[in-house]
Amino acid sequence: MGLFTELKDSISRVTDRLFSEEEPKRIGIYGPPNAGKTTLANRIARDWTGDAVGAESHIPHETRRARRKEGVEIERNGKSVEIDIVDTPGVTTKVDYEEFTDEMEEDDAIRRSREATEGVAEAMHWLREDVDGVIYVLDSAEDPITQVNTMLIGIIESRDLPVLIFANKIDLDDASVKRIEDAFPQHKTIPLSAKEGENMDEVYENIAEYFG
Amino acid sequence: MPKATNTDDPEGPDGVQIDLISGERMENMATMEKIRMILDGVHDGNIVILEEGLTPDEESRLIEVTMSEISPDEFNGIEIETYPKSKTNDSSLLGRIMGGEESTAKLTVIGPANQIETLHKDETLISALVSRD
Repeated sequence: MGLFTELKDSISRVTDRLFSEEEPKRIGIYGPPNAGKTTLANRIARDWTGDAVGAESHIPHETRRARRKEGVEIERNGKSVEIDIVDTPGVTTKVDYEEFTDEMEEDDAIRRSREATEGVAEAMHWLREDVDGVIYVLDSAEDPITQVNTMLIGIIESRDLPVLIFANKIDLDDASVKRIEDAFPQHKTIPLSAKEGENMDEVYENIAEYFG
Repeated sequence: MPKATNTDDPEGPDGVQIDLISGERMENMATMEKIRMILDGVHDGNIVILEEGLTPDEESRLIEVTMSEISPDEFNGIEIETYPKSKTNDSSLLGRIMGGEESTAKLTVIGPANQIETLHKDETLISALVSRD
């Protein structure tokens, strides 16, 4: 049996096992800080429910607690899936409140960092216990081969969670989707710009196909 | 912040302690024992080098526990670097399909985020700068 046939069969086994029930699947949106996770979550939620999930910001750790948008029904090409979108804080191994003091008062920066650490811990716990699949968002203009990305993809794989990699921010001059495809060739990579709404048809096709 | 270690003299020596932990020492430890040992060392300002790395589940718990211990002006987290998994020791889905065994045989360097900076990493080399302040 060819490699890609085996890969496809293996993915099918995983998804068949996890997605056999008719209840909404909890799809966690994970990735490093500032990859555009909340922008993507808002784009999906607005397109299919009319409501946003949470505030967006250029300051890291704008999303400090996981937020869920329930009952998002996505349909494309005859395939449909109902998902609960779980937008999570950007995962990191360090948080220094002084990184925020240029943008806000020290007390607010300390509060922000404390909430961020609690949020990341919660997101890691949920990854082990509470999600059925993962959308992993990366900034196409950044080097994807970081320790956090490598660890997180490894954690997701070790739990046999289906994962789609979204190469976000393709509207930026430095974007390179190939760099992401080369970094994680074992997973399907979909290019998009959540901010500009570029390639969202393919995004929804893949969500409906892969998680449906 | 790095402590002068193994001395009763508060004036010195001034240095950074490096703990090189063998796979043998880790093999019978529970997950939380490993994480406690790593983070206790890092809290003391040490650089911890694991002969054999952590499993994905242990890495997940290390991040979670690290986050719960971050405190302003005291501890702002860890830097961690591991050699990328080799193609023959790949624990990814693709690796498992190809018959590879899951392995933690990968040297891992962990240190305080405010003291350790990775200068270069590839499949065979981790180059890190450790500052004393």
